Amino acid sequence: MKTLVSRRAILKGGLAVGAGLAVGFSLPTRSRAQTPGVFAPNQWLRIDRDGVVTIVNSVPEMGQGSLTTTAMIIADELDARLDGVKIEQAPANPALYKNPVTGTQSYGGSRGVRDHFEMWRKSAAAAREMLKQAAANEWGVPVESVDTENGAVVHRPTGRRLQYGQLVDKAQALPVPQNPKLKTPDQFRYIGKAVKRLDTPDKVTGRGIYGIDVQVPGMLVGSIERCPVFGGKVQSFDATATKAIKGVKNVVQVSNGVVVVADNFWTALQGRKALKVTWDEGPIAQVSSASITREYEAASKQPGQVARNEGDVDKVLAAGGKVYEAVYQVPFLEHACMEPMNATAQVSKEACVIWAPTQNPGGTQATAARLTGLPPEKVIVNTTLLGGGFGRRGEIDFIVDAVETSKAVGAPVKVVWTREDDITHGFYRPATYNVFRAALDANGMPSAWFTRITGPGILIQKGRAQAGTIDAAAVEAVRNMPYDIPNLRIEWNNKDLGIPLGFWRSVGPSQNGFIIESFVDELAHAAGKDPFEYRRALLGKSPRHKAVLELVARQAKWDTPPPAGRGRGIAVVFSYGSYAATVAEVSVAPDGAVRVHRLVCGIDPGLAVNPEAVKTQMEGGAVYALTAAYYGQITIDRGRVQQSNFHDYPMLRINEMPVVDVHILDSGEAPGGLGEPGVPSVAPAVCNAIFAVTGKRVRKLPIDRSELKRA
Amino acid sequence: MISFTVNGKQRQVDVPPEMPLLWVIRETLNLTGTKYGCGIAVCGACTVHVDGTAVRACVTPASAVAGRRVTTIEGLSDRGNHPVQRAWMDVDVPQCGYCQSGQIMSAVALLARKPAPTDADIDDGMSGNICRCGTYQRIRAAIHRAAALKKGGA
Repeated sequence: MKTLVSRRAILKGGLAVGAGLAVGFSLPTRSRAQTPGVFAPNQWLRIDRDGVVTIVNSVPEMGQGSLTTTAMIIADELDARLDGVKIEQAPANPALYKNPVTGTQSYGGSRGVRDHFEMWRKSAAAAREMLKQAAANEWGVPVESVDTENGAVVHRPTGRRLQYGQLVDKAQALPVPQNPKLKTPDQFRYIGKAVKRLDTPDKVTGRGIYGIDVQVPGMLVGSIERCPVFGGKVQSFDATATKAIKGVKNVVQVSNGVVVVADNFWTALQGRKALKVTWDEGPIAQVSSASITREYEAASKQPGQVARNEGDVDKVLAAGGKVYEAVYQVPFLEHACMEPMNATAQVSKEACVIWAPTQNPGGTQATAARLTGLPPEKVIVNTTLLGGGFGRRGEIDFIVDAVETSKAVGAPVKVVWTREDDITHGFYRPATYNVFRAALDANGMPSAWFTRITGPGILIQKGRAQAGTIDAAAVEAVRNMPYDIPNLRIEWNNKDLGIPLGFWRSVGPSQNGFIIESFVDELAHAAGKDPFEYRRALLGKSPRHKAVLELVARQAKWDTPPPAGRGRGIAVVFSYGSYAATVAEVSVAPDGAVRVHRLVCGIDPGLAVNPEAVKTQMEGGAVYALTAAYYGQITIDRGRVQQSNFHDYPMLRINEMPVVDVHILDSGEAPGGLGEPGVPSVAPAVCNAIFAVTGKRVRKLPIDRSELKRA
Repeated sequence: MISFTVNGKQRQVDVPPEMPLLWVIRETLNLTGTKYGCGIAVCGACTVHVDGTAVRACVTPASAVAGRRVTTIEGLSDRGNHPVQRAWMDVDVPQCGYCQSGQIMSAVALLARKPAPTDADIDDGMSGNICRCGTYQRIRAAIHRAAALKKGGA
């Protein structure tokens, strides 16, 4: 397999600017169709006379395995050999490659497989029908009598056989069927089977090309000094000392600060150190974590917008019985992709070519068109491999950096962020402050449940939802909480202090799953009931939640006592189309240090297209969640992020890695998401286990070990 | 001019002596398999071997490798078939893959010291390398597999 994100292909793209890029140029389907010797029934695949199948993957490869899964789906329905396919990353061309559900060529929300599955299958099935028809015509037999296998059409009664490559010219002349017959699941050859990733050879040899590795002839490297305060502006700058450094080529003011452009990155960094910038810090310089918490707390005392209301919560809570109350808090979090933000742009009067590790090729193209004044079709976007995405790379700030810089200096420029730039200038998962109240009936089951979330809304801040409405991302996994409770009210108070917000791996469900699954655990213990059985009893209207909860309880042997000194906790959360549950087995040392020994994770993702990829995404989601639970917090002082690198924004390391045991419940439903659903149930399962073993309830993340210390 | 050996080839570079080896490798020598992750030796993405020992290239000045032998991921094997690379493929370790050059270089150095590492040895030898995708469980399995492959004379 040769992916077009390998070094050679990227360089080929890079060198062939304006002359028909292998990657990046999108020929409209019809022109492609007119290429002699190529069968190209649609934008997703083509076959040449040698029988080489090229599959176009529109979903950026950020670690989730899209290159492999896309190819599996198309190769299966095409009945082609997966190990021989070539894979290209789609160019930016929303008309051809937009996500059919969201309508944009931007990828987040674990939407790769679930939004494209049917469309890709139909596209490949159409191609297969055309190849069959071409062979049937050639042999003068009814099309019903021919079949396909492994990249060939066969006529079993006579043993005749034609390779796909031999049929391309004839197939190309046929009409494209609009409603091709899809395989039945028993005919799947790759879908539903554990398939190894196709990009691994490139990733164990250093050959894979990420954005930061892009090299273009004549390219300079830029690094931007940014205002330490969010929203601050350059007042003035003195680049005298910077320009005296050998190798520094230019110093220019751009939207996001002052860029030093040099022969190489290290020299650009030296230039930044020598730069003197005076900033107009702006209003956010007044904002600190303490003031944010104070404002949240005050706002949480005011009624919020009602996101869900059933029965009469106030009446039940005021009836005079015991009211259980709790406040849960979660912090701002940064994505910390291993590959720092970067992009390369080459802007000329005629065209703009971009190489970027982006989740958002469509937004990249539109942004560059706006900045350069070029029509979108003159903006060519080459999506490289992404060294992590997690939502951060759906933003376009790092694209703006490269396009503005290249335009200003008149040369191709790669703008590279430092890790410090990355941690301090992110788009953060919102911090929130959450008030709970509940009452229990005579059987200990909740008779009333009230949640008021106070925090900012990502969609509203980004202008993707109207101010004054309820931000769907802010209440996700709370508004649709699965428990059957007769009196239930969910409120949301929008409190936005101006810290830039972004989608983080499982965003809303990661924080809201934690608060809901912790508070229901509190109620189970208050009622003196088993936390698993308690949830089960409340899930009568949510069979898929219940089934995956039962799966992890069974696999973790919930009904047996945990090993001495350990406690177990359980949680279940629906997100991004999939149902996930976790049992955590945890011990807490006398000094309060938490050790997670084992996570038993279950997921019902509908049809598991690649069960191996399901497992890796669940394993990865667990680590992402544990990192946040142990360490994750971005704090603000005078409008500045106080963390800067992995020493003070730590990541989980291998010595802290629990055994992660993943179980898949294939419900036969349509495919759900996978990149994110592994995250939300982990932190509450761990904190519920901490309660089981210490009797102490963690109501604020990250876990504060000093609170768990035994006196 | 600083002279040293990179992946078996003698190289001479005209760079400031304090320039980190990472940027010499990536930008002067165009070997981009070695990655930048933190710049302060806390993530391991830039791990290379100097005279067979794993070092963090992001904090190693170019002058420190004068006359020495540097091996990067590109120099580990001719065809991506070093036992550690094969084990990584067998276990399907990488996700985004960005940290994996560094992980592999650390693992090779660990296995040179400890041909049959225990889980505790792996914790010790690999905890300097961060993987944000969370591939640690597979890294551990792959190191055990690589040890078995090496023992089997592969």
